[in-house]
Amino acid sequence: MADAPLPHPLGASADDAPLYAPRKQIYPQAVKGRYRTIKWIVLAITLGIYYFLPFIRWDRGPNAPDQAILVDLANSRFYFFFIEIWPQEVYYITGLLVLAALTLFLMNAVAGRIWCGYLCPQTVWTDLFYAVERWVEGDRRERMRQDKGKLTLPVLGRKALKHVIWLMIAWWTGGAWVLYFADAPTLVYDLATFQASFVAYLWIGILTFTTYTLAGFMREQVCTYMCPWPRIQAALTDEYALNVTYRYDRGEPRGSVKKNDVLKLQGLPAGDCIDCNQCVAVCPTGVDIRKGLQLDCIQCGLCMDACDNVMVKVGRPQGLIAYDTDMNVQARIEGRPEVRRIVRPRTLFYAGLMTVVGLVMIGSLAMRQSLYLSVMHDRNPLYVRLSDGSIRNGFTIRVANKTLDERRYSLTLEGLPEARIDVVGGDLDQQGRPTVTVGPDQTLEARVLVTDTSSRAEDSVPLRFVLTDLATGDTTSTNDHFKAP
Amino acid sequence: MAHDKHEQVDAVSGVTTTGHSWDDIQELNNPLPRWWLWTFYACIAWAIAYCIAYPAWPLVSSYTKGALGWHSRDAVTADLDALKQQRSGMTAKLAASSLDEIRQTPELFAFARAQGKAAFGDNCAPCHGAGGAGAKGYPNLNDDDWLWGGSLAQIDQTIRHGARSTSDQGHSGSMPAFGRDGMLKREEILQAADYVRSLAGLPTDKSANLAAGAKVFADNCAACHGEKGLGNQDLGAPNLSDKIWLFGSDKATIVEGLMNGRGGVMPTWHGRLDDTTIKALTLYVHSLGGDQAR
Repeated sequence: MADAPLPHPLGASADDAPLYAPRKQIYPQAVKGRYRTIKWIVLAITLGIYYFLPFIRWDRGPNAPDQAILVDLANSRFYFFFIEIWPQEVYYITGLLVLAALTLFLMNAVAGRIWCGYLCPQTVWTDLFYAVERWVEGDRRERMRQDKGKLTLPVLGRKALKHVIWLMIAWWTGGAWVLYFADAPTLVYDLATFQASFVAYLWIGILTFTTYTLAGFMREQVCTYMCPWPRIQAALTDEYALNVTYRYDRGEPRGSVKKNDVLKLQGLPAGDCIDCNQCVAVCPTGVDIRKGLQLDCIQCGLCMDACDNVMVKVGRPQGLIAYDTDMNVQARIEGRPEVRRIVRPRTLFYAGLMTVVGLVMIGSLAMRQSLYLSVMHDRNPLYVRLSDGSIRNGFTIRVANKTLDERRYSLTLEGLPEARIDVVGGDLDQQGRPTVTVGPDQTLEARVLVTDTSSRAEDSVPLRFVLTDLATGDTTSTNDHFKAP
Repeated sequence: MAHDKHEQVDAVSGVTTTGHSWDDIQELNNPLPRWWLWTFYACIAWAIAYCIAYPAWPLVSSYTKGALGWHSRDAVTADLDALKQQRSGMTAKLAASSLDEIRQTPELFAFARAQGKAAFGDNCAPCHGAGGAGAKGYPNLNDDDWLWGGSLAQIDQTIRHGARSTSDQGHSGSMPAFGRDGMLKREEILQAADYVRSLAGLPTDKSANLAAGAKVFADNCAACHGEKGLGNQDLGAPNLSDKIWLFGSDKATIVEGLMNGRGGVMPTWHGRLDDTTIKALTLYVHSLGGDQAR
């Protein structure tokens, strides 16, 4: 078998890819099987989460919203279950994005474009839209026949029904989005009674339009032409990543069942592929997987289901199309042993990075305080000489009280022993330290004056402002400088 | 369109070329994508409708008013009204409360200082600087030296009516031109200048006759500046014994002041700024370096 040179199908030749081609309508056929079932389950879970998450409540006590996930733009707060993020802490969002990117890299290193095939919103919604289309207009053959034939009234009716259902799904998709930005039950009532803000309706409109267009019409074009991920992914993948692979070492030369049986009897090379084209018929991006790994292939595995079903019918082993690597296909041809390595430097590196980023985020979340202090030095003037010759610096401090009670904080100074500190408009605590009082879940800006009576020579002395919660004793501090002539 | 006989067909794509060739690279005559064309047409239609609906074309002495009657000035007015409306709650509280009451209420105090800072930038910064740092002849508002007093009431009075201004209720009183008006001889002025520097603890020449200077000071200056030169806020007479000098502490500057007098003008803002704005300004300036803030 090894001495018969097989046509190497990897990489589509220039003849297959014209410089410019108008879009060909794809009519993916319905398929049943293991991967299709996984896709239905993933679809149900992800859409379920997306549509119903805003309605989950989370009690945070008085003065705080009870929605589990809420992006409160008006008050600049982001609530995620027990986590509350303030605008000063947007780096948590950055950390989350870094984590998401690393997860994508790891998924890619293990099993190629598994994200694209199962989890990507474009795939999930397109899949749902295809299901609706199949339910209303019938499967592949019926749809093809219908689109070739005349536009009769029943056909028009079916098409209209399909678009109405599509629009309803799209509308509900846009509607669920805005629920993340306001109290969901209230907003649903306001939307229904036309009392919600114009912005809410506008966003529902925009997202209805994009969902309808992207999932209903653009479909595989989004993956092929608009999405940057396949191009990045091609650079990140390696020879150990599992991909949906046509095992051409087993399949070629392809031919009819009878013909290949005869060939086998004669001791001539004959493959298992019976050239039934089922893998192409079910493909949502219209790819022929037998040509090898291609940019258009989102690796959803539906061709594996289709092929397995056929193999069972013709009494041949399943797995002609399977998660495999090109490296292993080549190894089998050359008679070398197969190599499967999920644990390898690349995957360990991604997993390690994910752990580090995750731990850093969890650590900083656990250690972050309910108290925040920022200090800004006056720039104009940097310092001022007082009538007795001492030097004074002005600062603007901002104190954020992230608790749900009013809190009183004392402000003290480290680094300048002879200096005194005053908070304009603040009063003193029992030990004579200036204090600020900040309401629940609020920030306060105050002016602070630091006066140094010593005649020191340095023109800049490091300072540390220390803020102490008088109720709990928690402290936070910020560094700055004292400027002198 | 009839095919030009020079028109060529590209062998690879089967598309006609435009006949343009650069370094043997030929431009294909592919049609523009339909979606692009429709977007382009929609933009043209939008532009025409826009020109009709909104003010667009300049005429000789005026311009087309637009079918919708929209006007940028009206839009700004509407925005400002909306802003006033939005702030009206706090503004009303500010108007109804006394300066001391505002200072006791953190929320109101913060609002007043923010508004005061904006008003300061618009009206006061040209003389006193953006941060109130002042300049020669224009007091630094961050220090603890106040010509006319640094309490809330005194600052309010100074902002409202000014000093040596057009207002009858403004501060008056100025440093006479002792030299120019012939009230003191040159010799006496130099002696007084040396004495004033000694009051502030500044070094003087060994040849300086401080006793004579003290006599000149007691006879001519003490009436306003006090016997020990501590100044008088009722008259706007500066404290001469401290480290803060509005015009400078070198002898030449002091002599110049004695020769020609001093009389900086603070304008009156009553009538030019509304009552609430003056309140906000007072609180902001007071927070910079008002009386207790030391």
